[in-house]
Amino acid sequence: MRSVLGDRRAIAVLLGPALLVYTLVMLVPMGWSLGYTFFKGNVIEGFTFGGFGNFEKLWHDPQAHSALWFTFKYGIAVSAGQVFCGYVLALLYVFVLRRSSAVVRTLVFFPVILPTVAVALMFQKLFAVAPQNGLANIALEGLGLHHGDWFAGAGGSFIVLVLMDVWRSMGFYGVLIFAGLLDIPDETLESARLDGATGWRLIRHIVLPLSAPVLLSSIVFSINGTLKVFDSVLALTNGGPGSDTTPLTLYMFRTAFSYGDYGYGSTIASLLTVVCLGVTLIIFRFSRRDLTKG
Amino acid sequence: MHKTLRTRRIALLATAATTSLLLSACGGGSVSGSDVKAFTLTINDDNHIVQQELTALGKGSCAAQNKALPLKIQTLPIGNVDQKVQLLAGQNALPVQFAAGGTPQLTKTLDKAGQVLDLEKTLKDLGVWNDIQPAAVKTVENLYGKFNVMPYQFNIEGIWYNKKLFADHRIALPTTYDQLVAAAAKFKGAGVTPFAADGKDGWPLTRLVSGYLYRELGPDALQAVADGKAKLTDPAYVKAAQAIADLGKAGYFGKGVGSIDYDTAVQQFLTGKAAMFYMGSWELGDFNDKTKNRIGVDNVGFMPFPTVAGGKGSADQIPANVGLPVAVSAKSYTPKVGDWLSCITKNYGAASLKDQGTVSGFKPNGDTGTLPPLTRTVQDTITKTSTSTLWFEALFNTKATETSQTNAAPLVTGAISAKDFMTKVQTDLDNG
Repeated sequence: MRSVLGDRRAIAVLLGPALLVYTLVMLVPMGWSLGYTFFKGNVIEGFTFGGFGNFEKLWHDPQAHSALWFTFKYGIAVSAGQVFCGYVLALLYVFVLRRSSAVVRTLVFFPVILPTVAVALMFQKLFAVAPQNGLANIALEGLGLHHGDWFAGAGGSFIVLVLMDVWRSMGFYGVLIFAGLLDIPDETLESARLDGATGWRLIRHIVLPLSAPVLLSSIVFSINGTLKVFDSVLALTNGGPGSDTTPLTLYMFRTAFSYGDYGYGSTIASLLTVVCLGVTLIIFRFSRRDLTKG
Repeated sequence: MHKTLRTRRIALLATAATTSLLLSACGGGSVSGSDVKAFTLTINDDNHIVQQELTALGKGSCAAQNKALPLKIQTLPIGNVDQKVQLLAGQNALPVQFAAGGTPQLTKTLDKAGQVLDLEKTLKDLGVWNDIQPAAVKTVENLYGKFNVMPYQFNIEGIWYNKKLFADHRIALPTTYDQLVAAAAKFKGAGVTPFAADGKDGWPLTRLVSGYLYRELGPDALQAVADGKAKLTDPAYVKAAQAIADLGKAGYFGKGVGSIDYDTAVQQFLTGKAAMFYMGSWELGDFNDKTKNRIGVDNVGFMPFPTVAGGKGSADQIPANVGLPVAVSAKSYTPKVGDWLSCITKNYGAASLKDQGTVSGFKPNGDTGTLPPLTRTVQDTITKTSTSTLWFEALFNTKATETSQTNAAPLVTGAISAKDFMTKVQTDLDNG
């Protein structure tokens, strides 16, 4: 084994194809996309060198600012919802339902495997006011609350979008954190109980610090997923009303493929990459602190 | 030594296999005439008329052409057609026929890049040029600068109304915009939705804005914007957007207009739930279809967009278009494609009238059957129209078109002001 791993040719044979695939599929397109940021034009008419013009345009573009703001807003709201609901579900599985949690876990996980378009259509119908009132509006009206058209304004559309994405993904985070909670030794929990820690105190001082690593992984997963949201927005609101629910991904897609401006589209994509990288680095910076040491 | 050679061979083989797989996956689908195996058509899924009629021709008058080169239709949601066309054009892989999309600018760009077939030359070479309606030729030339799309439809636009509802509520047919608003108020008071409108797609709402603009400022209102002589943010233009926003504010489009799609709007009108419906004559197919039209074809009337007091435009200046124009790929052209185009040009006009009750840009040679009265009304109106106008986004770039259509529902729900609506569109025009 040592002779194989010490042989450079063997290493090249083992890693070469994978490295080549990675280079062609990931690195070349990334470099290509970065190259496009310095050009204007499209594949039909051809490209002309534009220097830093696209970056200057991005700096002054109100639509890009609005898309960036929406991306952050959505990322924070949905990540908080996903991880919080996932954590509550995991606590429910471990401390309340215990062995009988399998059925509930399966049911709550079910929306994760449903196609986004189907879920979006369901939520459109749930919150519709035309041509018929949806179930959500019927229920609200039953309680004496009248909302009107959820999709007519930015606020209503945002709420439905967040509700939908939290609902469809909380099962995944529930299972992920559940796996982390199972790693907490029973002896530790038992000792804490004997010392008088129950309920919220047990969670605050024992469960939360010991599940911090899995919680951190969940937050990184969630933030990166939500900053790159595309399909659920496209299917539920199509970025509207107007461009009120348009995230950077959708704005980038439209700029490149609908408006035929590949250079500016790539510049928006670069901004998104920087945002994802920055947020991940910030989270990892915080994660260096050992939460179990207070 | 032997081992080293084998290792090197394996490495070379693995690299070669991976590279060839990747290159074959990344390669574009470049099309040349000899590759054309089908008479392909990419079209938006909400346009049933062209699909149905071409399919019918493939089984009837053009059966021989269909046997030689089978018709193959691919449908896409309306918003995706332009994207797909651009991507395929970038790979030289355009289908034989493709919907010219939401904005004439894309077709002009494709034409400049040599991707669009010069149909005037082709149809003249095929000897069928005289089978095209001169009015359709003129309309296509106004939009694209030359004749390079198949005029599968030739439409006029206006307000279709429910005669029975007007009679039941004793409302006279409006001839001025103020009377139209007064009629809408009466209908709303009586519990009838005054206007059915597709706010989800937005364009049926922006066409009301252009209708008002043409009546207020005359038939050159939007050409002046395209030429840079006027801006949409000028007070007279904002006034038009404000007029339509006011219709929404008063609740004349019913509730949830932003959630209503095209089919639902048609259904609202054809089931008698709405009194009026601004739409093009391509809807004649549904109006003449007894299974869809529950109010009866005799109850459907047509009125042009009414005049605005003191305005420069008149009601006989009717918006006209070639419906959903379809371009032909220059790179996919073969003699078999020519046979299809020739057959379509000779037979589509009469078949469209007979089967769908809709008017096309082709001359109706042969048996058209007995035309429904509503179709005759449309034909008469087309004949009498001396000056036609375009639609709101006809001269806009793709981005301004999308901004206009996605912000139409917020305009009528009051989520954005008329001034903001026009500013957004004008900004995209300025930066386009």
